[in-house]
Amino acid sequence: MIDLLGMWWEWFPDLLQGFVLSLQVTGVCLLLGIPLGLVFALGVSAPNKAVRLMFLFVVELGRGAPALILLQYFYYGLPSAGITLSSFTAAALALACCTGAYTSEIIRGGLEAVASGQREAADVIGLTKLDALRFIIVPQALRIAVPSLLGFSIIMFQASSLCFTIALPELVSRASAIGSNTFQYMPVLALAGIMYAVVCIPATIIVTSLEKKLGASGQT
Amino acid sequence: MFDVFKAMLDGVPWTIAVTLLSFTIGCLLGFPICWARMSKFRMVSFTTASLVLIIRSIPPIVWLFFVFFGVGGGFLNLSPFAAAITGLGIITAAQMSEVYRGALSAVSVGQYEAAHVLNLNARQRFVDIILPQMLRIVVPSAATYAISLLKDSAVASTIGVTDISAVAYQVTQQTFKGIEVYTTAALLYLLLSVPIALFSRWLGATLNTRISR
Repeated sequence: MIDLLGMWWEWFPDLLQGFVLSLQVTGVCLLLGIPLGLVFALGVSAPNKAVRLMFLFVVELGRGAPALILLQYFYYGLPSAGITLSSFTAAALALACCTGAYTSEIIRGGLEAVASGQREAADVIGLTKLDALRFIIVPQALRIAVPSLLGFSIIMFQASSLCFTIALPELVSRASAIGSNTFQYMPVLALAGIMYAVVCIPATIIVTSLEKKLGASGQT
Repeated sequence: MFDVFKAMLDGVPWTIAVTLLSFTIGCLLGFPICWARMSKFRMVSFTTASLVLIIRSIPPIVWLFFVFFGVGGGFLNLSPFAAAITGLGIITAAQMSEVYRGALSAVSVGQYEAAHVLNLNARQRFVDIILPQMLRIVVPSAATYAISLLKDSAVASTIGVTDISAVAYQVTQQTFKGIEVYTTAALLYLLLSVPIALFSRWLGATLNTRISR
């Protein structure tokens, strides 16, 4: 037991750097991805059929392809078109696309949940279509979507572990490097697992209680 | 383009095998976990709930490494394939136990009471009354999960299973046609998810007609 704690003490600073990088990738991908999701959601519910189908195709492709394939597409695929990205940029962009595709469905659900009276009222008081979206519809839709978006953020934090495959030195990469140097795979992976769990367990509990609370107040 | 596609097909059976086997393991193991989760003893249900939460809070890749390098390296000799289905199977079991729990609470209380009143024994109550109704509710969410498992199975390539994403990597390194290769890979995953969706729709419809008859 003392041995284990000693090893963990020695590895912790290194893993912590990876942990911070994992959080950074997740943060950037959410900051880029959620606005993208809003654009996709508006595109999928656009009145023009051609626009709608195009967005639907992009969203379905983004949701149908594994995140791992998207990551490798950006990192190993794009160089053959002459675009070379650093592993951090590739990771952030690929996960942002993935986030955009998934959150567009969540946000679309939110848009549809805004009562139709709101849209009509905005029309009646003479707001333009864009202003109605900006000031009336989108703020309410986002508020409805918040718990699901938070739940999705937890999933993306876990998905950032896939960046291991494109040589980004995040938490899993560092853990596996330590493992292959020392052959102490079990202890180092356990520590990495605990570091993921420390974020994800409280976050999951908060999101679940938030969903319950909003679900209850939403009925009134 | 065509030879790229042909090379990629080699990975398809492995992706299907990993998904199918880990899904089967998860569906079966999900039952005892769900049962323990709903136990009358607070200690048992709390421990199970915590375990399920912990399993779901750690990324699949960490589980696979843990099984393959941690358990496989030290104690047992596991092939990448066995490690992949074990790791993904455990995660699936945790997820499915939650799906089952949701479905069980969706079966109306009157059904349990009626089964009791009819003096059916515990096995009959579950197998003849509750299970058929529960399965009907389980099918759509199980199918959604199966599709996401299909995509998660790509993680198996990191421990050396030669599935679609592993083949995609190899072919890219050999041909430098990354864009074609990864587009093909994405489309293959998309194509594989279609039969799952169709099957679940058919199964759902079949189970529903049997109930409504």
